[in-house]
Amino acid sequence: MAHLAVSDVRASYGALEVLKGISFSIEKGEIAALVGPSGSGKSTVLRALMGLTPITGGEVDIAGETMNYSSAREVRAARDRMAIVFQQYNLFQNMTVMQNLTLAPLKIKNWDKAEVASEARRLLSLVGLADKADAFSDQLSGGQQQRVALARALALKPQILLLDEVTSALDPELVNEVLDAIRKLADEGMTMVIVSHEMAFVREVADKVAFMDAGQIVETGTPAELFDAPKTDRARDFFSKILRH
Amino acid sequence: MERIFEQIPRFFSGPNLTLLLESAGLTLAMTMAGCLIGFGLAFVLVYVRQTPGKWAMPLRWICILYVEVFRRIPFIVVVYLVLFFIQAVTPDASLFTIAVIAICLYAVAYTADIIRGGLESVPQTQVEAAQAMNLSRLQTNLRIVLPQAWPVIVPPAIAFAVSFIKDTALVSQVGVFELTFRGKELNNQGYSGILVFGTIAFCYFLLSFPLSMLGQYLEKRLGTPRGQRRTRKLWSP
Ligand SMILES: Nc1ncnc2c1ncn2[C@@H]1O[C@H](COP(=O)(O)OP(=O)(O)OP(=O)(O)O)[C@@H](O)[C@H]1O
Ligand SMILES: [Mg+2]
Repeated sequence: MAHLAVSDVRASYGALEVLKGISFSIEKGEIAALVGPSGSGKSTVLRALMGLTPITGGEVDIAGETMNYSSAREVRAARDRMAIVFQQYNLFQNMTVMQNLTLAPLKIKNWDKAEVASEARRLLSLVGLADKADAFSDQLSGGQQQRVALARALALKPQILLLDEVTSALDPELVNEVLDAIRKLADEGMTMVIVSHEMAFVREVADKVAFMDAGQIVETGTPAELFDAPKTDRARDFFSKILRH
Repeated sequence: MERIFEQIPRFFSGPNLTLLLESAGLTLAMTMAGCLIGFGLAFVLVYVRQTPGKWAMPLRWICILYVEVFRRIPFIVVVYLVLFFIQAVTPDASLFTIAVIAICLYAVAYTADIIRGGLESVPQTQVEAAQAMNLSRLQTNLRIVLPQAWPVIVPPAIAFAVSFIKDTALVSQVGVFELTFRGKELNNQGYSGILVFGTIAFCYFLLSFPLSMLGQYLEKRLGTPRGQRRTRKLWSP
């Protein structure tokens, strides 16, 4: 049984329908990647799953449970199981790195204070920022903020992790570090949906890829299937441009 | 003119100065109490006004109506309304209490928009990040939005309080012994109007100027990004 199943999900910003019936499913511990041109709705898929962009149709199942996103209680339940790293990081500007990491574990999850603190420090060293615990986000570079955002999401111990362009602002050496971390998390059973423009990264980590265009999933398959032998014209067109170099 | 110089020693005598000091204190106390309580209530009003959902529609409307109505009534009318209303309910309420309530009602309406503007200046993405972690609306406001909104809220809120120090002169109309009331009294006792009201004017200046300075200081301090504020602290010996 799929750990996360999305079927025919629709979502709109006001009158503009951005997701026009999205379906995919992931097993526990799998990494699925969403790729596609800018504006195709990749971020919106993650936002809709977090209950940030209203879902206007379709169904989302998490661990076999159908979530009704029009119920505030079920949205809370969905958010309790997932964590997101936003494309723009969205670190809390008024808090230190440490406070960013510990706020929800302490105030929402009500976990033990000492454990939360030591886990936060462990995660910060995992992303190579052990020395930045007391910094504010305007003292960090883009890549550093992104890694803090990743650590903040991991501090919530989610079953499902949603990553939006998590390697876009990283140095090449850090990409490998983050990649290793992500792969290790998957081995430990964390389910992930990643959005990425970097096909090399996707090929490395993803178990399956969905190619999106104009609010729809056009084609799905393993990275090799999609990148090397796309079946649809739109996918062939996209990958030939993006993989040429 | 000569009369003024003649009167100076007598005018600045102990009893008169005590009277002036007392009324200056009263003016300041009224303004600060009214504005502070009003400021606190304005937060509640803005919070209620932002309640989502259909059921909260009447609540939202009441809040909007309150602000719109009170912003359109002259302050002195509010003072009289409060005076007669309170006296009808509890005849022995002090004039000071009545003045504070009137200032408070007025301050709520004016600072509510300042607060709303401040809260809305914080990027929606900050709110979304909090929502994604299941922070409640109250938690999000108190822990994320409000701390970031202070720099936008504080300067105009202080400017409002400062300008209100002089507007409280209007409550002398109902007999509160604030500065302007004392001025009229002293004037009636035969002191030169120029001398009396010149002194009163100076008192108003002395009351509001330090507050303005505080406002400017806070504006500068709050306007500095957090990281830089800290860095500067680290550098200083
Ligand atoms: N807040 C918003 N209000 C209105 N429309 C929006 C909003 N956010 C996104 N959109 C629209 O929704 C569509 C999908 O946007 P989305 O951010 O999901 O794309 P994306 O695939 O993540 O793009 P990118 O690769 O550039 O991040 C776009 O057409 C965009 O213009
Ligand atoms: Mg995006």
